[in-house]
Amino acid sequence: MREAVAVFRKQILDTRKNRAVLIQFIMFPIMTIVMNSAIKVDDMPEFFYLKLFSIMYMAMAPIVSMSSIISEEKEKGTLRALMMSNVRPASYLAGVGVYDFQCCLIGTMLMSKTCGLDDGPWWRYLCVIMLGLVISIVLGASIGVLAKDQMAATSLAVPVMCLFTFLPMMAQFNDTIAKVAKFFYTQQLYLALEDINNVKIGTEGLIIIAANAIVILAFFVLAFRKEGLTNE
Amino acid sequence: MISVTGISKSFGDKKVLDGVSFSVEDGEIFGLLGPSGAGKTTLIRVLTGQLKFEEGSAMINGKEVRKLTGADKKKFGVMMDDFGLYERLTCYQNLKVFADIYGVGDEEIATVLREVKLEDAVKKEAKKLSKGMKERLRLARALLAKPKVLFLDEPTSGLDPQTSSEIHEIIRKRKDAGTIIFLTTHNMTEAEKLCDHLVLLNEGKIVERGVPKELCLRYDHQKRIELVTTNGETISLQMDRENAKKTSSQIAEFLKEGKLSTIHSKEPNLETVFMELTGRKLEV
Repeated sequence: MREAVAVFRKQILDTRKNRAVLIQFIMFPIMTIVMNSAIKVDDMPEFFYLKLFSIMYMAMAPIVSMSSIISEEKEKGTLRALMMSNVRPASYLAGVGVYDFQCCLIGTMLMSKTCGLDDGPWWRYLCVIMLGLVISIVLGASIGVLAKDQMAATSLAVPVMCLFTFLPMMAQFNDTIAKVAKFFYTQQLYLALEDINNVKIGTEGLIIIAANAIVILAFFVLAFRKEGLTNE
Repeated sequence: MISVTGISKSFGDKKVLDGVSFSVEDGEIFGLLGPSGAGKTTLIRVLTGQLKFEEGSAMINGKEVRKLTGADKKKFGVMMDDFGLYERLTCYQNLKVFADIYGVGDEEIATVLREVKLEDAVKKEAKKLSKGMKERLRLARALLAKPKVLFLDEPTSGLDPQTSSEIHEIIRKRKDAGTIIFLTTHNMTEAEKLCDHLVLLNEGKIVERGVPKELCLRYDHQKRIELVTTNGETISLQMDRENAKKTSSQIAEFLKEGKLSTIHSKEPNLETVFMELTGRKLEV
């Protein structure tokens, strides 16, 4: 526990000066707040920007930040120093993961409250986003574990992130894409937020999300067994 | 105490360590001297539990290396070149991360920062430190948990003589306090100056071992002494039994005439010993 807390604290200090990661946490909340207050189009669905950017944020920020943080530590050898100091991989991943989750959650709370979501639906909205964040964090961690350095992490994270982030958006305009997109957890969570004042996930949605979570967790386990946390 | 018996380690088909055996007593500086690629870093990785090995056994303070727990590892200080620093964090913050892990307080951070003479750079970001300062910060991190065994992998590689000398001083102080220092280097001067005992490692095998001075004397086949006269002339004389009379009379002559400036023995250094044993240079 002490080790996980130390990693969490380290991450707070480090991210303040790490613009590449910091921007992931603040970009979408700022965009949502700005666009929601500045661009109003007639017949625009309620909370249009919040729904769209929440899903993008939920997929993009954790995948990019987790993979970037872990791969940087692997590349620079700080992770090796931590492991030698008796920080277990689970403690390290918990420290970084909880930090990442917390930052994304703060961003989500900020953007949803600024957009004026009422308390009742807000809690259900947060639950949906938190579920997505956890899956995205595991996916980001898998990429970080698999990549030997930051460059490799970026080249892996970008296509994965694009796939999970943009499919729900494109599915709105193309039925064929929608048929494929429905098998992605991001799309199911987007559909759950369709009526944001009455958030619901159906049985099919739950099964797809659970299947996604299992596949991503299995991917993480395989990546961890193959590469471990240090470039050995 | 460290006791290593017949350790072998391979990466694929390449045998990096081949039946390595030695022992290190408490409060001793033990050197592992060899050129790049000799297997020095691999041996540190093996001894600190970072790498598994195929054959042999290794005990550190009575505990088998294969069975080291996290708590055992906390008693080691490890300074390796590829153990990076958090470049965006300050010196203090870098140490604070590890102090939190070890459960030591700010007092210990201040003590090690003083010890490595970085107390004036407490608030400086690691990326803004010079190479020498970064090495000292790495050393401070290794010293933070008051280790019983300190593993140092080429601690002064690429550093200026002043910084190297400061690091040597810190190492000696820790040795005096009873810490086992396990040091790898390809710098023969560093090995001669610091080590109580050393082994010469080449291509994963120990080729020679002993006290540095004794090792040099053991390979002193030529037995020569060198005289420098007051006018700067260097004269080399044979020091064996057959030439005893001739050599002593020559020295006496120079002394009588007041022409002798310096006189010293010409035994080989560790580089020459290593060359003789392996045909390779140390500093490659």
